[in-house]
Amino acid sequence: MNNLGDIGTTEEQIELMDVATNFCRDKSPIEKVRALMEDDLGYDPDVWREIGELGWLAIAIPEAHDGVGLSMAEVVPIAEQMGRNLLSTPFGSTTIAAQALLAGGSEAQQAAWLPKIAAGTAATLALREDHGDWNLGNVASIGKETADGIALSGKKQLVRWADSAELIITSVEVDGNVRFAMIERSALPDGALRREAIIDETARSFELTLDGITISADALFDGNRTRETIEKIELAAGLIHAAEMTGGSQAVIDYTLEYLKTRKQFDKIIGSYQALKHPTVDNYVEYEKARTHLYSAAHSWGEQGRGEVAVRMAAAQAHSSYSRAADRSIQFHGGFGFTHDCDAQLHRRKAIFDGALIGDAAYQRSKLAGLLFD
Amino acid sequence: MADKPDAAELKEYTEAADAWFKENTVRDPGFMLPLTFMEVSTDQQFDFLRDWQRKVYEAGYLGAAWPKEYGGGGLHTDFQRAATRAMKKYDAPIMLNAIGNGWAGPLILDLGSEEQKQKYIKGMLNAEDIWCQGFSEPEHGSDLGNAQLKAVKDGDEYVLNGSKIWTSLGDRAKYMILLARTDFEAENKYKGLSFFLNPMKIDGISTSRIKKLTGEYGFVQTFFTDARISADCLFGGEGNGWSMAMKTLEYERGAKVKPVGGYFVKELDVMQIVELAKNSMRNGKPLLDDPVMRDKMTQYMIDIQALNLNNTRRRMPQLMQDKPMGLPLMNKLARTELIRELTEFSLGFQGTKAGYYVGDENAVDDGYWHRSYLNSFSATIGGGTSEIQRNIVAEHALGLPKTR
Repeated sequence: MNNLGDIGTTEEQIELMDVATNFCRDKSPIEKVRALMEDDLGYDPDVWREIGELGWLAIAIPEAHDGVGLSMAEVVPIAEQMGRNLLSTPFGSTTIAAQALLAGGSEAQQAAWLPKIAAGTAATLALREDHGDWNLGNVASIGKETADGIALSGKKQLVRWADSAELIITSVEVDGNVRFAMIERSALPDGALRREAIIDETARSFELTLDGITISADALFDGNRTRETIEKIELAAGLIHAAEMTGGSQAVIDYTLEYLKTRKQFDKIIGSYQALKHPTVDNYVEYEKARTHLYSAAHSWGEQGRGEVAVRMAAAQAHSSYSRAADRSIQFHGGFGFTHDCDAQLHRRKAIFDGALIGDAAYQRSKLAGLLFD
Repeated sequence: MADKPDAAELKEYTEAADAWFKENTVRDPGFMLPLTFMEVSTDQQFDFLRDWQRKVYEAGYLGAAWPKEYGGGGLHTDFQRAATRAMKKYDAPIMLNAIGNGWAGPLILDLGSEEQKQKYIKGMLNAEDIWCQGFSEPEHGSDLGNAQLKAVKDGDEYVLNGSKIWTSLGDRAKYMILLARTDFEAENKYKGLSFFLNPMKIDGISTSRIKKLTGEYGFVQTFFTDARISADCLFGGEGNGWSMAMKTLEYERGAKVKPVGGYFVKELDVMQIVELAKNSMRNGKPLLDDPVMRDKMTQYMIDIQALNLNNTRRRMPQLMQDKPMGLPLMNKLARTELIRELTEFSLGFQGTKAGYYVGDENAVDDGYWHRSYLNSFSATIGGGTSEIQRNIVAEHALGLPKTR
């Protein structure tokens, strides 16, 4: 099958992997993760500033817009280490928003925002709606042309880190066509954002009420590039979350192993029981498959056809392996696994949330089937 | 032996190998060709594969990287790799002498005496001397370290008594790599074991064929009754049998001895399964329109692609830093279980036709899928069951304690 990609790495990727491994481990010990879960903002502003200073938001932005001019492939090891250490910041949503701008924004829109993002300004996407459909082309919110500009109406859900984002990219139907539009946070009326109770307590998410917001016509993306923009967002989000979930799988397996190596029952270390050992191996095998797919997806990024197959395979495998490893981690921790203090639940909840954001493993497979067999 | 291959020479060799396999590969000799060395059942199959291996060797495409003085080609590993690629490209039949070339050969090249190298290597390359493996016993399969076949020293001979089982090619082999107990008093079961390069065609050794679940023959039980072998057959010294046996497993990864090349087991061609699915019907519609079958097939494609790419990733140290033994150790488990699942899955495509078997004209692909499924257990059981493989991964890659 000629749409199956290969695996490979770049030098920059490996350098970033080394740096990110240390940075994320040092900046995100589990005590801090848990403290930030209770915090309104939900992340450490100092760490966010450092991420900006390290240039990580600039990696996949072209040099013409003050970026580094690499690709999403080089973002992968960073997102992987963030997921591994549950280091939550607006990094993912900002990176995906930048890719959306690159796919659908005009030259002027890109010039206005990409240098800011490259320098550390947060951005996000407001695309999800009440119908719950993962299809980004299914848009009920409306943009109506008026004398003052485009008047927006409707509600957007699961807008991550919206209270920190300077730029929000949303989707509305204008004259029967789906259009992407930029909203500056400064233009939001009071009360437009409502913090949502989401299953992943390490993330922050908001519902955005569009009613009462009017944007100028030049805040709309190119109407001819809506489809490409949707594709780019799906792939960028698929890759970023596949990376985070793969890192998370590694972490939750290691966390489980630690318990299996120390906990004793019936005078034996429980890790010596095959009833625990064998499924742990199976989960580990699934994780390694996810990581292989992840670096294949990174390698195939930008290749027509192969890129989408590789990203969806990576997302499907990452979501299923993360879900399963975290689910078994809860079980294998016994009574402790049922408590909020056990870290297994953090991963289980994150796997559910990430699946909800990009489409779970079954959804990814349904998209893949068309690419592979039809 | 050259450190770096000469690019021009390599190119020339690669082109020659490609042309040779294009010209000489026979894919349909008029009878069913075995997919693995464990499935060689009839004389016709055996003779064909033995001739094929000799032909490949004589053309310079097997053992090309093994030392010249013992019968190899003395070339850089890249030459053999190119030849193996050409074999795969033209879907050439398997190499027959798996235990000789894949297990005994590397061990002898690594640790054998000059005399042993002179005596054994060439004959295994040209398939004149077929080798088999005598590790498992009727009462000791997974618990290999507990093997009980007796080897008692008597002057300059050892006297063998006991039995080995699941010996592929055992009735046709000239030599066996044999794990036997020389010390029944040793402080632990492993230290009582010794390793022998054992001649098969001698008095006191007999074999009886075992009929497999597929209905075919392919391996034997071997009986040793006061069989006498020269003490020179001992390999690696008394009491070192376990470590020799474990070493034979390491060579597969090609770290210490250059790989002999070729393959002893044919990889399942996944695209064949997709083709079969596309040609199958369900409720009057193409099978892959059925959402359940579609989803399952997609998941298998994800699995297959991961395992194929794992082979490349294994050679990329930058992606192997955490748990470096994980990928190599899990490979057998993951691959053999996937093939078992996939071949079973393929039976479900066939609707009523799933009821037929090899030999009936109504059978799909002459029963190939049924035979492949039933044979797939040879790999999930043989060479360490999947359950043992999980213990190995758990203990050696994940650091979990031993099961006792």
